[in-house]
Amino acid sequence: MKELMIGNAAVARGLYEAGVQVISSYPGTPSTEITEFAATYDEIYCEWAPNEKVAMETAFGASLRGVRTACAMKHVGLNVAADPLFTLSYTGVTGGLVVCVADDPGMHSSQNEQDSRHYAIGAKVPMLEPADSAECKEFAKLAFEISETFDTPCLLRMCTRIAHAQSVVELEDRVVPECPAYEKNPAKYIMAPANAIKRHPVVEERTRKLTEYAETASVNRLEIGGTQIGIITSGACYQYVKEVFGDAVSILKLGMVNPLPVQKIKAFAQMVNKLYVVEELDGIIETHCKNIGVNVIGKELFTPLGEYSQKSIAAAFGLPAKETVTADTPVPMRPPVMCSGCPHRGMFYVLSKNKITVLGDIGCYTLGSAAPLCALDSTLCMGASISGLHGYNKASKGGTENQSVAVIGDSTFMHSGMTGLANIAYNGSNSTVIILDNSITGMTGHQQNPTTGYNIKGDPATKIDLEALCHALGINRVRVVDPYNLDECEKAVKEELAVAEPSVIISRRPCVLLKYVKPKKPVVVDKDKCRSCKRCMKLGCPSVHIDADGKAGIDNTLCVGCGVCEQLCPFDAIHDGE
Amino acid sequence: MNTKGIVIAGVGGQGSLLASKLLGRVLVNEGYDIKVSEVHGMSQRGGSVITYVRYGDKVYSPVVQSGEADYIISFERIEAARYAHLLKKGGVIITNTQRIDPMPVITGAAEYPEQILEELTAKGVQIEAMDALTLAEEAGSSKAVNIVLMGQLAKHFHIEYDKWIEALEQTVKPRFVELNKKAFKLGYEFSA
Repeated sequence: MKELMIGNAAVARGLYEAGVQVISSYPGTPSTEITEFAATYDEIYCEWAPNEKVAMETAFGASLRGVRTACAMKHVGLNVAADPLFTLSYTGVTGGLVVCVADDPGMHSSQNEQDSRHYAIGAKVPMLEPADSAECKEFAKLAFEISETFDTPCLLRMCTRIAHAQSVVELEDRVVPECPAYEKNPAKYIMAPANAIKRHPVVEERTRKLTEYAETASVNRLEIGGTQIGIITSGACYQYVKEVFGDAVSILKLGMVNPLPVQKIKAFAQMVNKLYVVEELDGIIETHCKNIGVNVIGKELFTPLGEYSQKSIAAAFGLPAKETVTADTPVPMRPPVMCSGCPHRGMFYVLSKNKITVLGDIGCYTLGSAAPLCALDSTLCMGASISGLHGYNKASKGGTENQSVAVIGDSTFMHSGMTGLANIAYNGSNSTVIILDNSITGMTGHQQNPTTGYNIKGDPATKIDLEALCHALGINRVRVVDPYNLDECEKAVKEELAVAEPSVIISRRPCVLLKYVKPKKPVVVDKDKCRSCKRCMKLGCPSVHIDADGKAGIDNTLCVGCGVCEQLCPFDAIHDGE
Repeated sequence: MNTKGIVIAGVGGQGSLLASKLLGRVLVNEGYDIKVSEVHGMSQRGGSVITYVRYGDKVYSPVVQSGEADYIISFERIEAARYAHLLKKGGVIITNTQRIDPMPVITGAAEYPEQILEELTAKGVQIEAMDALTLAEEAGSSKAVNIVLMGQLAKHFHIEYDKWIEALEQTVKPRFVELNKKAFKLGYEFSA
């Protein structure tokens, strides 16, 4: 049967067909749907872990027990899971273990555009890179064969244009390999120095064997198209190259991007007059070529920045651009915004109004940085709001403690905010942390987490009590506010900043996009009372605008009647629509 | 057959993913090779969202680039203009006339270019503009703007009407089928 599938769904299908039994992941664009689709197969145990490190270690345990297992994450998630990865390389596996990692060139939804191939090189593990959905499925299955044959975790590298591009996939049946009886093997699995020192040469020997495999592997495919131009490429770049040149050039398409073949590349170089490497982000294949004495044209022609396309590659080769028409009038930008009725907005308004320094985190609430709220001072990585605030306050010797806060979402707090909060308590900074609890992992598209009370299947699960957790982490002052109530928020922020001990404010209201949250009727503007003061515009709500008559107007298709603008109006001109 | 390109442009939350799903389904049913490229995540939060659909005998790249689109389907007036450079010579823009102010316009940092479609028409671009929001509401939900526009697009294809309806039935949840069939028909019957 043929199906049109996004790459992530095809990977999930590959995991299913490969007989995977356990998948543990943390959501992150563009990797999230791998686990979401996998969870639709009842034969696979799937879960959302609190973070990527926990996910990979869960996969480690499943492999130790002898079953095929996987975890999925975005590129920056692999930073979090790097610790288990580098030593998993030493232990190797019992059941096949595949780590799916999705890069985001062009940063559609990420804070950097790091190239995860560096991890394959650093951890000395094999990495496959599919170029369409059919390959996503095929390579996911091959990754398990490689993992088990070479006794290693295997990375499967995706990028946005593979993960979120649909193409046709042929479905096959699921085959579950037999799970061996558990056998204790301390020399392989207890990575204390005496054992680990003996595993390192095993890793080096494995890389030698994998390089040999790369020489003949069918996924490293030669497509002959004349002797003038040769191009070495992989993944989405292969598709762009084919789009530009069709069969007019010779291509070495690498399906395995670590370790890279040596003889195969040398032989290809001999075949063609001019050899190019087309790879998004860093010049990794290029550096390998140069290391083995093969002269190639790479990053001097192709940028290390952003996402490639057939257009950018054609331009780099000096081919003419296609004819286009554009309007002369500029089209205003349309940046993403917090939704109408977003519960984060009220709290950000209060912080912005009081000119508080806000160390931010990763999630929908990063959008609080946009005009007109301009409420954020920093966003670094998952969890950095809390630990960053501690350092910021320590650096000012307490001078900033009454005018700075950290903001972090419920899921991000569970991911890596807890340890930072323990540090605030333990090392005594009088810091104020605001947990923006919208009862879901929002930005990645509504995944459950340990604070929501539901698991990945939507079944009831243990709901971690944030108040009790913060108390247990050493914070005495923990209070809950409703972000739709501006006075309550302002009072809480002012009081907690003023007290001489660390505190947590939980700003709690579920995401307005959750199905169980029923919107209220749009608010109504009393045009006679409105004096065009534009106070309501300070919220940056997409539902509120100024009409042609200069008075406030409400977009009825968007407004959910949250009433925050109502509270701002000094002339009582905005009313409940109920 | 050479590869054809279609661009679906809208504002996060307007349902461009469903439109591309329907288009993908009908083209797969017709036996084409096809690729659809979407962007999930941050831009979906009220930002400008773009989906590429390419189909033909053999499709390589999943993205449509400057001068490669046969059709641009736009869910909002200025989104049509934002991506007009993607249109190839002789291509057609099908756009909803609805205005949704982006944040820089709301805050007064930028002006909404009211006349931008007229400007593109003056430059020779073929534009089919329609009030898809009103038609969607007539069908029963303002959320059906996406399917109204797909109905208008369908007129340009040599694919039987029933095949579109079949694909629609395969794409949307059963309880929304009737509403969407109505929206599709209203879009199909509209003459720009």
